[in-house]
Amino acid sequence: MTIAVSILPEQQLAVLNAAYRRAVARKRLRVLAGLGLFVAALIVASIGAEVNLRTFFTYFGNFVSYFDRILTLDSGQRVWTDFGEWFWGLRKWLRLLGETLLISYVGTLIGAVLAFGLNFFAAENTSPAPWLRFTVRRLLEFARTVPGIVFALIFVMAFGLGPVAGVLAIAIHSTGALGKLFSEIVENADMKPVEGIRSTGASWISCMRFAILPQVSAGYASYALLRFEINVREASVMGFVGAGGIGQEFIVAIRKFYYSDVSAILVTIIVTVFLIDITTGWVRGRLFGKEARH
Amino acid sequence: MSKSPDVNTAEIRARHPDVFNRPASSRLATPAVLVAALAILVYGLVDLDFSPSRFISGLSQLGWISVMMMPPDPGSSLPLYLKALGETLSIALLGTTLAALMALPVSLFAARNIVPSVILRFPVRRFLDSIRGVDTLIWALVWINVVGLGPFAGVLAIAVSDFGAFGKLFSEAIEGADQKQVEGIRASGGSALHEIRFGLLPQVLPVIAGQVLYFIESNTRSATIIGIVGAGGIGLQLAEQIRVLEWQRVSFLILMILVAVAAIDFISGKLRYAIIGQRAVA
Repeated sequence: MTIAVSILPEQQLAVLNAAYRRAVARKRLRVLAGLGLFVAALIVASIGAEVNLRTFFTYFGNFVSYFDRILTLDSGQRVWTDFGEWFWGLRKWLRLLGETLLISYVGTLIGAVLAFGLNFFAAENTSPAPWLRFTVRRLLEFARTVPGIVFALIFVMAFGLGPVAGVLAIAIHSTGALGKLFSEIVENADMKPVEGIRSTGASWISCMRFAILPQVSAGYASYALLRFEINVREASVMGFVGAGGIGQEFIVAIRKFYYSDVSAILVTIIVTVFLIDITTGWVRGRLFGKEARH
Repeated sequence: MSKSPDVNTAEIRARHPDVFNRPASSRLATPAVLVAALAILVYGLVDLDFSPSRFISGLSQLGWISVMMMPPDPGSSLPLYLKALGETLSIALLGTTLAALMALPVSLFAARNIVPSVILRFPVRRFLDSIRGVDTLIWALVWINVVGLGPFAGVLAIAVSDFGAFGKLFSEAIEGADQKQVEGIRASGGSALHEIRFGLLPQVLPVIAGQVLYFIESNTRSATIIGIVGAGGIGLQLAEQIRVLEWQRVSFLILMILVAVAAIDFISGKLRYAIIGQRAVA
């Protein structure tokens, strides 16, 4: 079957063409104006951020050679020629890394439990009172927006140096992040079971326990595992401000220019994070099937 | 009122054996996981030195600090703090833009539909992965060694660490693009570059723009903390004021961060809607 393409008469075509060109020109103008605005913002920003291209190009060699230096042992050889020498402190680092994992585990668990306790009050459909929802939401927002490491700085002052501050900082930040995600899952839950349970005369708590919880628990676990992954990274830098874990050792190595140590610790951290990612990904896949993976 | 029919439990049990007689392994799985989780928690609390007395004294200390924070007060350093906040926003904007510009060409090499060869794609992906595995703060420390203390190191740190994230996100966006339009361009005689420019970019640019805006938002948060290690911005002021125990200034700085982040959230949300319409960002 052939389809005839109708060609319009000349005057009609000219009108349409002109309209088309005008529309395109208007669109172009808008894109150009947006681009101009963006470039102006960039220029202002680069003045604000003291961008200095000369420093950048003068010292860029340093950046490249930095990686050369951290891959060289004190003896002048490449690090991979002597693993024993490169990872001389492996036992100590693994212990600190274990501490980092524990910090993120305990922090995530405390955060998840707190978020679990709060999220029903923050969700649109289950919150018992609007003022309660408003308060809880603002609280979670606060916990989420203030970066974890700022909490860690303050907690180090209150609880002293050490992993306790790190755990609490991670716990609070996770509460904020997970509370929001959890309440979003609850908002997507089917409300019919709640009506069913309520019609039997059950209290609010029973409604949550028997109608909402069975629908949402898989999602909760999935998000908590995802958060654990993120927190392992977070916990590895908590030591920068004295809140325990491998970060302490790492920042000393960087600041004191123990080059081969820097690369060795970095490799241990990356491998650990990688292993944790794979494991939690596998667990989430096993527990909840493919659709729960985000 | 109608009476509910007599329930024959035995019959229901017989009809649904898989509901009533679950094997022990599946019935015990949840409690076992919970017990294991609790055991690790207890071990962790002991190992990490969580003694009740320490916890309580810390909490009272924290209560004292919160009282000291009220009311938030910048003292005489308000202009300094505003400048630092401007620096932080500049770091976020510049770092994200640089990262996006660098990541766009690289992401093409990591996308399955552009580079079908695994041998070429695999190293690019692993490279992006390992960049992403290193925290922004660590990159900041590295760049401080290179360009010295100050916000420029922060810009470069955010640019590098986001480069890894963008490379992955962009390549996923490209893989998700519709191939029909690319084939159309090829059918009309376009070269490989034409295919990318006219078949692919119009599809992925809105998605990418949405992601970049989202990252500017989240980088405002990251940019507030890289100052803690000396890479400029408001984090530097914050860390200093915490160290000298000027709690009123600390609370004021935190308030400034909250307001700035909320403002950026609002603006980028509006822009996102303007660029990609009412569609949610993937």
